[in-house]
Parts: sequence; C-alpha cells; structure tokens
Amino acid sequence: MQVNLKNVTKKFNDFKAVNNFTLTFEEGELICLLGPSGCGKSTLLNMISGIIPVTEGKIFFDDRDVTNLAPQHREIGLVFQNYALYPHMSVLENISFPLEIKKVEKKEREALAVEMAKLVKVDTLLDRKPAELSGGQQQRVAIARALIKKPKILLLDEPLSNLDARLRLEMREEIRRIQQETKVTTIFVTHDQEEAMSISDKIVLMKDGVLMQVDKPQVLYDNPLKEFVSTFLGNPPINTIKGNYNNGFFEYNNQKIKLNYHTNEEITLAIRPEAIDFDEENYDFKAVIKERFKIGKEELLMLQFNDLLLRTYATDELNKNVGDEIGLKLKNKGVFIFDNKGDRK
Amino acid sequence: MSRQQFSLNNKIEPILYLSPFFFGLIIWTLYPFINVLLISFKENYNLLTGSYKNLGLGNYIYVLNNLKFLNALRNTGIYVIFTVPISTFLALIFANLLNQKLKGIALFQTAYFLPLVTSATAIGLVWKLMFNTNFGAINQILSYLNISPIHWLDYPKNNIYTLIIFGVWNILPFTIILLLSGLQNINPLYYTVAKLDGASDFKIFRRITIPLLSPTIGLVLIINTISTSKVYSELFPIFSGRPGIADNLYTVVYYIYDLFYVKWDLGKAAAASVILFLILFALTLSQLQIQKKWKHY
Ligand SMILES: Nc1ncnc2c1ncn2[C@@H]1O[C@H](COP(=O)(O)OP(=O)(O)OP(=O)(O)O)[C@@H](O)[C@H]1O
Ligand SMILES: [Mg+2]
Repeated sequence: MQVNLKNVTKKFNDFKAVNNFTLTFEEGELICLLGPSGCGKSTLLNMISGIIPVTEGKIFFDDRDVTNLAPQHREIGLVFQNYALYPHMSVLENISFPLEIKKVEKKEREALAVEMAKLVKVDTLLDRKPAELSGGQQQRVAIARALIKKPKILLLDEPLSNLDARLRLEMREEIRRIQQETKVTTIFVTHDQEEAMSISDKIVLMKDGVLMQVDKPQVLYDNPLKEFVSTFLGNPPINTIKGNYNNGFFEYNNQKIKLNYHTNEEITLAIRPEAIDFDEENYDFKAVIKERFKIGKEELLMLQFNDLLLRTYATDELNKNVGDEIGLKLKNKGVFIFDNKGDRK
Repeated sequence: MSRQQFSLNNKIEPILYLSPFFFGLIIWTLYPFINVLLISFKENYNLLTGSYKNLGLGNYIYVLNNLKFLNALRNTGIYVIFTVPISTFLALIFANLLNQKLKGIALFQTAYFLPLVTSATAIGLVWKLMFNTNFGAINQILSYLNISPIHWLDYPKNNIYTLIIFGVWNILPFTIILLLSGLQNINPLYYTVAKLDGASDFKIFRRITIPLLSPTIGLVLIINTISTSKVYSELFPIFSGRPGIADNLYTVVYYIYDLFYVKWDLGKAAAASVILFLILFALTLSQLQIQKKWKHY
C-alpha cells in the first residue's frame, strides 16, 4: 500500500514536533525515518499508525483518507522498541493473539502462527515465555506478531536499539529479508545512520521536526542538499570548514584552500574523508599529519589544518610520517559548498 | 584504623542497626507467642499465682469438643468464605475503574479511602442505623426495589449476612489499594498493543489484566483470609457488644476474648488461639502452594 502525507503537522501546545510534511512512500518499499533524538520520528510514525492524532494535514493510504481512522482499522502492524510481548503468554500465543482477537478459530490461528514463526525463525521456541528468549528472539516474535494479520504496512520504532552491536547487524539483515519476502511496505525508525544506509530503499532525513531530504541512501550521501544531511550521514564524518570565499581561494583564519566558486561570500566547505587526494605538486592546500591509525583494513589520517583536524584515508603509497607537511587536492565528488543558511550552493 | 578493626566494625554495625527491630520482635511477638503456647498446655492456669493443675492436652480437648467453639469456627468460616471473594471481586471492579482516567474519579478516590481513616466503631454505629429494620437506609433502598424489609439485626439467622456486608465494606478500601497498585505495575504498552489489534475492553481485562494481576490477587486473598479470620471487633458496634443479637454469632476470636476477659480461663483461651494459628498457617501455606501453580510467568 502506498502512504501519502499531505502537509502533515503535529503540534504539542505551540511546539511543532512534526512540521508540514508532504511525502509519498511507495508500495513495497522499506523506508527509514532517520534523524537525531527528539526530531519527531516517533511522532510521525505514531501519526501514521493513528496512535496520536494529526494536528494539521492529511494522511492517505492509497487513495483512502485515513487521517481520522482509528488505529485498529488501519491494517497496520506495529513493533515497539521494547517489543511489548505479553509476558504471560507463550511465543505461540503471543504471535496468534491478534487472530484470537479477530475470533479466528484456534486451529487455524495456530497454523498461521507457526507459519509466521517459521518466517522469522522462532518455530523451535513456540512454547517458551518471552522472559526465556534472548533480545533478538523477542524481536523476531514481535515482528511475527505484527505480521500475522497480513498488515498493509509494517511500522517499527527503533526495533534494534535494545540489541547489542552484533545482533543489530544480524537483525537488520533479517528485517530486510523478511520485508523482501513479504513485500510489505515498511517504515522503520532509527537514529543510527549506518543502519538506515544499509537496509533502506529510501531515507527520510529529518531534524527538529523539519524534513531535510528524502531519497535513496546513496543519493543522500553523494548529493546532500543541506549541510545537516552531509554531516549526519557518513562514518567517519564529513569535514566541515566555515570560512570566506575570495577570488579563487577559500580562506579559514588566513589559511587558504584553492577552490573554484563563483561569488565572494561566507560559505561552509564540506569534504568527505575519501574526497582528499595526496598531491605534492598540484595541491589545493597543505596540512600537517597529526596522527595515523588503523581501523580494520583502512588507515585513518588526522590532518592538522590551522586549528582544525581533518579526517581522510591514507593510501598504501603514502610515505609520510606524523609531523610531516603534505600537499592535498580536493576531488570533485564528495566536496560540497553550503551557504550560511546551510543550503547547498 | 587497622584492617581487622574495620571488618569487625563491618559486622557489628548492621547488627546494631537491626537490633531495635529484633528487640521488638522478641519482646512483642516471639515471647508472647511462646508464652501462649506454654499456657495452652497448662490446665486451670492462674495468671496471678502462676499455678496450674496439670500439664497436658486437656485445654485442647475441651475447646475442640466445645459446641460454642465449633459454632464459632463455623461462623468464622462462613464469614471468610463470603467476605474474601466478594470483596476481592468488588475491589477488582473498583480498582479497574479507578485505574482509568475517568472524570470525577478524584471524588470517588476520596470516598473509597474514607473507611481507612475513620474509626471502625463510629462507622459500625452508622451501619447499625442503616441496618435498622424500620427506618434504616438499606431497607429503604430495598423497598424501592419492592423488597420487603429484612430484619438485619433483630432476627438471629440474618446476623451473619449483616456481618458479612459490613465486613466486605470494611476491607474493600484496603483491597482496592492493593489491587490498584498491582494494576499500576502493568506496562500500559500491553494495552496499547492489544487495542491496536482491536481487542475489546473485556478481552483485554480477561486475557491481559487478570493474568498479569494474578500475583497481586493471590496476595490479596492471603492477607484478607488472615485478617477476616480474626473477625471480632466488627461485632461490637453492630450488635451492641454481643456476638449476634442472641449470642448466636460467636467468632473464634470473640470466643477467645470471652474465655480470656470474661471467664478468665487463660489455658483454654490460649489453646483456642493456637488452634486458630494452626488453621491460618495451614491456609496460608496451601494458598501459597496454589499460587505457585497459578503463576503465569
Ligand atoms: N506528548 C508529548 N507532549 C509534548 N511534547 C512531546 C510529546 N511527545 C513528543 N514530544 C516532543 O516532540 C519532539 C519529538 O518527539 P519524538 O518522540 O517524535 O522524537 P524522536 O525523534 O522519536 O526521538 P527519539 O529518537 O529520542 O525517540 C520531542 O522534542 C518531544 O519532546
Ligand atoms: Mg522515538
């Protein structure tokens, strides 16, 4: 099912938690709502599920206006951060409870529950109580319970944040697999950019209740339209330098970087770590190597530029040591210029 | 300070903190209990001289064959069997209502708390008026329902019902408070999830609230069984200090009281006390056992 938001706003008193969102989520997509804590992700998700009412605007499922429809009539499945499995029911009962509510006969609902349990791979744990499951297993049960009614939309609010790092990796791939097997339109809330980058078809990046940019993860990374988008995505994070552009040079504290730009004004230069080349003859600027350290297979380089530290990757050919000055050249890809309002130039 | 001193202090300090409690426990609970146990074996025990005729089971044999005691046991049993389930059931309804965010709940919250902060005797006197056959409020209300007046107080056979009604009302607030605290410990997210799946209020109550509340309900049953088994002071205001209008409503504790203060027969009173203790002890143990099987998670 397609989800359409038309000028959706949520106000808590005078505070706008979600400010004028107009968006379309396509059928069968996995969409991530991404942004820092308190930016309104849960609020937006809860408006889509109907748990909290919309202040202004409208929500459509396909062509149907569901703005004022009660949550239980929206054909959605919900997974909460702490799963909220019923502690007194077994895994089988938990998964089949939504059907018990619908008065589906016991045999039939249990057969369907077993099918769901197989999909999420908990079919060997059917008699256990939630307290006897690991975090990842509880997560799977919660997803099965959300899916058993064959919802048109699956909504997950930070479903992985209670899991340890390894399990998060495993479960996010599982969620991706389950989503692709069931082809259910899925909206997934997270504040972890890596998680969002790795599983989503589309990312909705938001900040302070305002929509920053919506697109495929790679587009957001390669072509950020706002400074916030460029800084929020990417690990190690992008290098940003605030300074002035003057006739062919970007200046920061009187130190210059050769740059091609059109007007003399105050700008922010944002450089992805991988967008810096080493070039001793034809360089754009110079910096001093402050530190080198290996992270896994890559070697990270910290460069002292004036009073700033810039991050980049070392190459195998680089034969310079800590304390050496080194010539640097900016690539075309991965270098962005933002005006003082944070908009891309 | 040397290390050894320190560890010695470490051991003494907690004992010092705990000692007032143990001191109280020994003086006011343990010592009397052992004393009662000893006295219960002394026939014709005299408190002032400390003399007694015989050491043996004579007091127990007397009490267990005494019709008054058996009657008291029966009355107490009926009282417990009715009062505990009825009050628990009513309290469950009230606690559930109180747990919802309804309008005007504050007024009700004060009202149901009232019996806890007022003297039982004063309230008992009010109930005595309400139970009055001719002008009592209860019969007034019943008359609107076309039920002819019931002789709550002056017909002996009805006395037990009168006592049960008063008893239910008496333990209701305490029961509600316990259940309410249990309800408030249930994560509201379970309700949200169930409602999202379209569960009715009754379904939620039956499949989620009751199972999750079962430990609290078990606790309530045990506490109330013990407290209602000791029914005694409730008799005074309603029946003018008598156990029922025709001395027909002896309860176990009233029987003990009667033996002790009126008949000065300490040995028998002690024996009856020990029997009551043993019954309550057995009841509590079996309830705990049942509760273990009952436990859902
Ligand atoms: N019921 C409410 N009343 C008032 N303000 C609220 C309410 N719910 C949320 N807010 C505010 O709205 C903003 C967005 O909250 P929301 O829960 O949607 O954030 P979030 O993006 O999900 O954050 P997190 O990642 O921490 O879960 C926050 O500033 C929050 O304080
Ligand atoms: Mg949230």
